Amino acid sequence: MTGNHLIRTENLVKTYPMGLSQITALNNVSLVFGAGEFSGLVGPSGSGKTTLLNIIGSLDSPTSGGAEVLGRRIEKLSHREAAELRNHSIGFIFQTFNLLPVYTAYENVEFPLLLLKTPAGQRKKMVMEALEWVGLADRGRSRPSQLSGGESQRIAIARAMVKRPPLLLADEPTANLDAENSHHILQTMEKLNRELGTSFLFATHDEKVIGYLRRKITLVDGRVAKDETFPSPAGKGV
Amino acid sequence: MTILRLALRNIIGTGIRAWLNALIISIGLVAATWNQGLVSGMDEQAAQASQAIEYGGGQFWHERYDPYDPLTLEDAHAPLPPALQELVDNKKATAILVVQGSIYPHGRMRSLLLKGIDPGQGILNFATASLADNAAAELPILIGERMARAIGLTSGEVITLRWREPRGAFNAQDATVTHIMKTTVSTIDNNQVWLPLAKLQAMARLPGQATLVVLAPGTPPPGSLPGWIFRDSDYLMRDLRELVKTKSYGRVVFLIIFLSLGMLAIFDTQVLAIFRRRREIGTLVALGFTRGQVIRLFTLEGALHGVLAVILGALYGLPLLWLQARAGFAVPAGTEDMGISIGERIYPVYSAGLTFSIILIAMVVTTIVSIMPTRRIARLKPTDALRGRMS
Ligand SMILES: Nc1ncnc2c1ncn2[C@@H]1O[C@H](COP(=O)(O)OP(=O)(O)OP(=O)(O)O)[C@@H](O)[C@H]1O
Ligand SMILES: [Mg+2]
Repeated sequence: MTGNHLIRTENLVKTYPMGLSQITALNNVSLVFGAGEFSGLVGPSGSGKTTLLNIIGSLDSPTSGGAEVLGRRIEKLSHREAAELRNHSIGFIFQTFNLLPVYTAYENVEFPLLLLKTPAGQRKKMVMEALEWVGLADRGRSRPSQLSGGESQRIAIARAMVKRPPLLLADEPTANLDAENSHHILQTMEKLNRELGTSFLFATHDEKVIGYLRRKITLVDGRVAKDETFPSPAGKGV
Repeated sequence: MTILRLALRNIIGTGIRAWLNALIISIGLVAATWNQGLVSGMDEQAAQASQAIEYGGGQFWHERYDPYDPLTLEDAHAPLPPALQELVDNKKATAILVVQGSIYPHGRMRSLLLKGIDPGQGILNFATASLADNAAAELPILIGERMARAIGLTSGEVITLRWREPRGAFNAQDATVTHIMKTTVSTIDNNQVWLPLAKLQAMARLPGQATLVVLAPGTPPPGSLPGWIFRDSDYLMRDLRELVKTKSYGRVVFLIIFLSLGMLAIFDTQVLAIFRRRREIGTLVALGFTRGQVIRLFTLEGALHGVLAVILGALYGLPLLWLQARAGFAVPAGTEDMGISIGERIYPVYSAGLTFSIILIAMVVTTIVSIMPTRRIARLKPTDALRGRMS
C-alpha cells in the first residue's frame, strides 16, 4: 500500500454479455480514495455507479483491471476472503434499506457483531451507541415493518456503522426518502464521517446528496468524466 | 449459532405456512408410528395366542414331519421315546398325531388333516375337552369356525371321514361335530379336524404313535432324541413373524405418502423462499455471509420443518397413540382371515427404536429436500440478488 489511500482502482473494466455483443459498464476506471472521504459517484442512469460500488465492495469482480481495497486485491479474493472483508471492514447501505424483516431494529443492528463474534457485553454497548448515533435508541424493539422509511434507513446506517468500518458504501440511500428524511440521514452520515473518520462513498443522482459531497466523481458511459473536490460541501442545504 | 438463530426466527416468522408443512409431515410421522405400533401389537398378540394355542413351550417333531408337505405325513410318526412319554404322563407335554384324510361335503372331495390330540390335555388352550364327550357320539370331532364355514357344517352334524391305513387300504367312518371353536389361530382351524388321539391312533393303526409332541411352556426339553427334532418357539414363530412383516410393508405407504406430500410442500416453500428473499440473500452476503452460510441458513430453515413436525406430532400424536394403546384398535370385520391370528382388538405396542427411526427418516429426507433448492443460491450473484433479480 502506498500513501494512506483506502481504495485504488486501476483500469477497472466490467463488461456484461448482451446477446452477441456486450455492454461495457465500466471502462478503464482508475480512481484513488483516501481515508475519511465523503465522496460520491454521480452520473446518468446506467453510467456504472452501482457496478463500481459493488466491485469496490467485493460483491462483484472486474472483467479486467484491479482494485485494492483496504490493502486487499479485490480481484484475487476468494468468496470466503471477500465475505470476511465485508464483514470486518465495509458497511453497506441500500436504496431499499434491506433490514432483516424477522429481526427487531436492535437485532438488525446487532447482527454484524454476531457475525464478528463480538462478546455479548461489548455488543450491547456498541449496538446502543449505534442506535444513539442515528437517534433511534428508543426504537430498538420495533420491527422493520413498524418503522417509517426514514427510520428504516437510519437503522440501516446504524447496522452498517456499528462495527465502525473504515469504509461505508451507500447506493442511492435517499432514493426512497422524502426531502426531510434525506437531509436527516445525510446529516447523520456526515456527522459519523467527521466523528469516526469513516470514509463514505455514495452512488447517487440525487441533488440533495450531491450537495453534501466533498468530492464528486462523474461517470459517463462507464468512464470517469469529471473528478471534482470541494474544500467544504458545496451546496449544503440545497 | 447466528445462523440457527436467524433460521429459527425466519421459520417462526413464516407463520402458518411453516406449521402447515410441519403438520403434513407430522401426520405421516404419527400415522407411521401408529401403524408400526399396530403391527408390533398384532405381532405380539399373535405370538402370544399362537404360543398358548398352538406352539406351547416348543415342540418335538418326528424327523420326517414337514408341515408344508402333506406327503411326508405318511411316514412322519413313531412311538414316543421314553423321555417324551414320561413328560406326557406327567402332563408336561401332549402328543399329536397327524394323518392325511378326506371328506366329501356336498359330494366334492376335500383333502384335510386329521389331528389326534388327548382330550384331557391342558397344555394347548383350545376346546379339546369337547372331544371327551363320548356319550354324544362314537367319533366326536372338533373343528374351527373357518373350517365349519368352508364345508358348511354345523354343530351336531355328521360327516364321513376317510383316511388311508398303512399299506394303502382306504377306510371310512362317520364322525359327529361336537363343537365348533372360534379361534384366532387359523393354523389349528383351516382344513383340519381334531379328534381324540386314541381313536385316531386306532383308526390309522398307529397305536402309541405321534407326529409331534407339544411341551408345556417352561418345560426344559429333554436332550437329543434320535428320530425327533426339537423346534423351539423362535423356530415355530418364524413363519408368523415373516407374515406379519410382509403385511406391514404395505402399510409403510402411510409414511411414504405423507412424507412425500410434506417434502413437496417443503421443496415448494424453499424454492419460493429463495425467490422471494433474494434481496435478503444479497443483504446477508453484503453483511459478510459466505454463500455456504446462506445455503446453510436456508437448509436449516427447511430442516427445521422436520423439527416442527416432530414437536407438532408429539403434541397431538402422543395422547392419540397412548389412547390407542390403552383402548386398542377394533379390527374391522373381514380382516380376520388374513392368516394372522389377531384378536378382535389390537393393542398397539410402540417401540422406541422404530419410532426413532421414523423420526430420523423424516429428518433426513426433510434436510435433503431442503438442500436441493439451495443450489440456486450457489448460482445467485449477490449483485443480482441485491437488485432483486435471479441469476
Ligand atoms: N447483471 C447485469 N447484466 C447485464 N447488464 C448489466 C448488469 N448489471 C448492470 N448492467 C448494465 O451495466 C450498466 C451500468 O449499470 P449500473 O447499475 O452500474 O448503472 P448505475 O449508474 O448504477 O445506474 P442507475 O443510476 O440507474 O442505478 C447498465 O447499462 C446496466 O444495464
Ligand atoms: Mg445504480
